[in-house]
Amino acid sequence: MRRTGRGSCAALFLFAAGCRGVYSTLDPATREAARITTLHWVMYWMCAAFFVAMMTVLAVAVSRQRRSETPEGDRRRSVSVAVAAGISTGLLLVLLAASVVTGHANVAPAGAKALEIEVIGHQWWWEVRYPARSSAHDVTTANEIHVPVGRAVRLQLSSGDVIHSFWVPNLHGKKDLIPGRRTSQVFHVEKEGTFRGQCAEFCGYQHAHMGLVVFAESPRLFEAWLDRQRRLASEPAGGAERHGREVFLSSPCVLCHTIRGGGAFGHKAPDLTHLASRTTIASATLPNTPGHLAGWVTDPQSIKPGNRMPPNILAANDLDDLVSYLRSLR
Amino acid sequence: MKRILPTAAVLSVALILSACQKSARTLHEKAPLQARPNSIAVGQLQAGPKSPPLSLRNPYEGNAYAMTEGQRLYNWYNCSGCHFRGGGGIGPALMDDVWIYGKDPGNIYATIVEGRPNGMPSWRGKIPEYQIWQIVTYVETLRGDRPIASSPGPREEHLQAGEGRTSR
Repeated sequence: MRRTGRGSCAALFLFAAGCRGVYSTLDPATREAARITTLHWVMYWMCAAFFVAMMTVLAVAVSRQRRSETPEGDRRRSVSVAVAAGISTGLLLVLLAASVVTGHANVAPAGAKALEIEVIGHQWWWEVRYPARSSAHDVTTANEIHVPVGRAVRLQLSSGDVIHSFWVPNLHGKKDLIPGRRTSQVFHVEKEGTFRGQCAEFCGYQHAHMGLVVFAESPRLFEAWLDRQRRLASEPAGGAERHGREVFLSSPCVLCHTIRGGGAFGHKAPDLTHLASRTTIASATLPNTPGHLAGWVTDPQSIKPGNRMPPNILAANDLDDLVSYLRSLR
Repeated sequence: MKRILPTAAVLSVALILSACQKSARTLHEKAPLQARPNSIAVGQLQAGPKSPPLSLRNPYEGNAYAMTEGQRLYNWYNCSGCHFRGGGGIGPALMDDVWIYGKDPGNIYATIVEGRPNGMPSWRGKIPEYQIWQIVTYVETLRGDRPIASSPGPREEHLQAGEGRTSR
């Protein structure tokens, strides 16, 4: 008995804990997600009320004994059935209207002042671009998206290979990234915070490890971040970093990765110009620490089997210097 | 009749199992990661006589998965930038029977690793060795004289290592 009590306590706690957090549809951070959450609660309570009402009626019907039929009783029954059908139809229409209103509000165009962000899905990471007026100021990063609070954001979604789906539960519903097509999603962030996203359409072997992180910041912080990202990679300061860059440029890294200002122009893998400014690596799979970075460079196939990065067996001092160089890319 | 049935069953199981190797794929490549620097002598510049066949064995011979990976890498590393889809243009065609530096897998491997005069860069140290062999496997299929059994099955290019059917 005590165990049951403890179990239900734990279940209740888990249930309540599910409502808050960085990965929850019930903790909206945007106007659009708030509308969806409202619609969710309208449906939830309406269905709950219906369920209780139906069960009550069922219980009454079971407990009452069958009476002999009279024309009078027959008529009363017909009336109550008609009334019940009328009420349910009315409530269903309310639900339908609520979902139409929510959907209509959520597909409103963002306007010309919206911040444009391009998100391109790849097996198995997210390419993120902030296009500028001149392409020299374009910002390209990966797996981490920064957005300002209080401004419309329009995501332009496309795919480099197969169908993916962009899903950050705190921001909006899911939206598919389809090869050869452009889809878009508009939201207005209303509260600061860090949120977690995930590919929501099975896209191959490492689909489960195709995460992303969204940072909602004040406009001032956001502009400062964007400004830093626009800069070219800083020149290596010390001897270790300089040697690290040589290692980068003379090994397979350089064929796929870009370091703007660092002499690497590959287009197939995440842009590393400001790698050290990101909090995670490997599509939000590992924290961005020297140890994880070294492990990832050396043997990515043990961490995310099947991913496109080949293993790199480097001499110990080469690896150390390479990691110091990558860590210097702030 | 009694004897035919078990024999037929055994034969068909053997037939099914024999198909497994076709798509054998590995997550951890055992092939050396960097092209061996001394395994191939960098020869004199040459364009005339054919290189002697190199007795290097392609570890992915006939492996459909390696072939589709090779196809991806052929575009990924921009081989298609010069050789196009095998028809050639800036670089020589790969789908005909003219092989300036030899048509054996070892020769194709050496050409990729060493580079060749007049445009073919050396990819030594840049493309990991196992990926070079995957590209060789793909390039060999461009000639169209591969047995049909080594061509990829439907949708194979969408599958990844470790996914789908596995051998062993």
